[in-house]
Amino acid sequence: MNLTPSDIAAVALSMKIAITATLISLPFGFAVAGLIVFGQFRGKVLLEVLVNLPLTLPPVVIGYFLLLLLGKHGWAGSALRAAGIEIIFTWKAAVIASATVGFPLLVRSIRLGMDSIDRQLLQASRSLGAPWYDTLATIVLPLSFRGMLAGSSLMFARSLGEFGATIIVAGNIPGLTQTIPLAIYDYASSPTGTTMALSLCLVSVVLSVAILFVHEGIGKKLEDGRSQ
Amino acid sequence: MNLRFDIEKQLGEFSLKINSEISGERIGIFGSSGSGKSTLVHLIAGLLHPDSGELYLDETCLYSNRKRIDLSPEQRRIALVFQQAMLFPHLGVKANLLYGYKRCRPEHRKISPEALTKVLNLEHLLQRGVGNLSGGEKQRVALGRAVLANPRLLIMDEPLSALDDSLRYQIIPYLRSVSEEFRIPYLFISHSITEMQLMTDRVLVVRDGRISGISTPDELARTNMALSPHGYMNLLRLKDPVMLEGLYHYPWGTGSLIVSNGREEGESLFELSSRDIILFKKNPEAISARNLIECRVAEMFDSGGRKGIVLESGSQRLVAEIVRTAAEELEISPGATLFAAIKATSFRRLG
Repeated sequence: MNLTPSDIAAVALSMKIAITATLISLPFGFAVAGLIVFGQFRGKVLLEVLVNLPLTLPPVVIGYFLLLLLGKHGWAGSALRAAGIEIIFTWKAAVIASATVGFPLLVRSIRLGMDSIDRQLLQASRSLGAPWYDTLATIVLPLSFRGMLAGSSLMFARSLGEFGATIIVAGNIPGLTQTIPLAIYDYASSPTGTTMALSLCLVSVVLSVAILFVHEGIGKKLEDGRSQ
Repeated sequence: MNLRFDIEKQLGEFSLKINSEISGERIGIFGSSGSGKSTLVHLIAGLLHPDSGELYLDETCLYSNRKRIDLSPEQRRIALVFQQAMLFPHLGVKANLLYGYKRCRPEHRKISPEALTKVLNLEHLLQRGVGNLSGGEKQRVALGRAVLANPRLLIMDEPLSALDDSLRYQIIPYLRSVSEEFRIPYLFISHSITEMQLMTDRVLVVRDGRISGISTPDELARTNMALSPHGYMNLLRLKDPVMLEGLYHYPWGTGSLIVSNGREEGESLFELSSRDIILFKKNPEAISARNLIECRVAEMFDSGGRKGIVLESGSQRLVAEIVRTAAEELEISPGATLFAAIKATSFRRLG
């Protein structure tokens, strides 16, 4: 396996983007999942549809919408620009793209975790003097932890592989916004890049396997801890 | 404790409309499955919101749509013990016990964790996880957790129905001792008349989402005698037996009761069905039943097509159940003397 400095930069950037996107999305994912599972309000179905939309939309479409939103003339983009914050064609745009595409996976996993919590546990907590936010922090959060972990690892893995939305909003600038999939795309477009592309593919496989091992390992530990 | 409610709640097809007032320290809510008793306690605890009406606990308004008051569950200080123990699975026994205690204002902390763990015999479980506790241990921890929240009112929502018979009657002494030791008023919800007799002084009877009456547990047992699969359950607390030929002779009334499955040490609680008592107008002299008690008819009552005969021996009473025609043929009337035959094996020891 032979990695060039720009390949290593792409690997590092992919990790940075995936970690940032996952960490930023986690609190939002927890809140949205909580709202869907425990909330009783009008428009709940609409919220569910909106959350799941990135799963069915082509990533390029998501990227294009983000470009319209965050671009020079987009309402968010122009406001950010006025505040001196540049998003488009930076690694931050790649984070937003990854977060948008991976968000439904995160929410789905956390929802599954929350759905498995017996409602009477929450009622017990409330009747023992815990306000709703206390119940959320001391009962829902720890009991959803496995779902959050599963969702985070899925989202992290999805972010590592994100291509379509990223290339639209962040471009493919080596050392700046080029992630592993974008670098592989570059090598695949070049007649001499097969070996380099395979090296990066191998890195991708190793990272994915490592994520799955970590995910399974922590899940097992939690299960053992609970049964003791 | 005084509980006053005039509330309505529609849940799909089911409508609950409760308008009543009840006072006491040990109140039962009795009803069959689906009668609305659990919905009622959820409304009292603030876990469900009424559609309209008012709900008062003593002088505190818990809910009033007119006054726009709806106290949250934590403001109400009403702790719940559920049918399943509902222990927090990610916390150990000690952390479960202290969950409500830590959230209770210091001025309300009248029951200490040390005193409670002693009464409930939980000391040896404190360092354990909750996953490998037995059903009875789990329910004791759940009870302790609720009591340690130092609530104004404790609600026990069918806390024994998930336990098998042997465990159920092991838990009842703990429930009673907690109530006696710490003086917390409680609502005990159940569809078991025996549990109502053991645990409550006054009973609110719920049927089809309405209050169908308020009675004593004894009145409830009498009313339901004919319908209940085991008739009227006589509950007997007996102690200091003498062992003779493998049978326990307990002092009772003006004589003794002979029981096959007694216990030498301490007080034992026995259950005896009204249908296991055979009445004779004259002494039958030779019968296989080990108990033949001469007693006086204190009173009689009707239940369905049956007659309940309240028998008195000294200061003790037993209820026997016979069909109406038998009562007529034997010409039983209050004040009459009868002989009651009971097999030694008819007594079921509960604890």
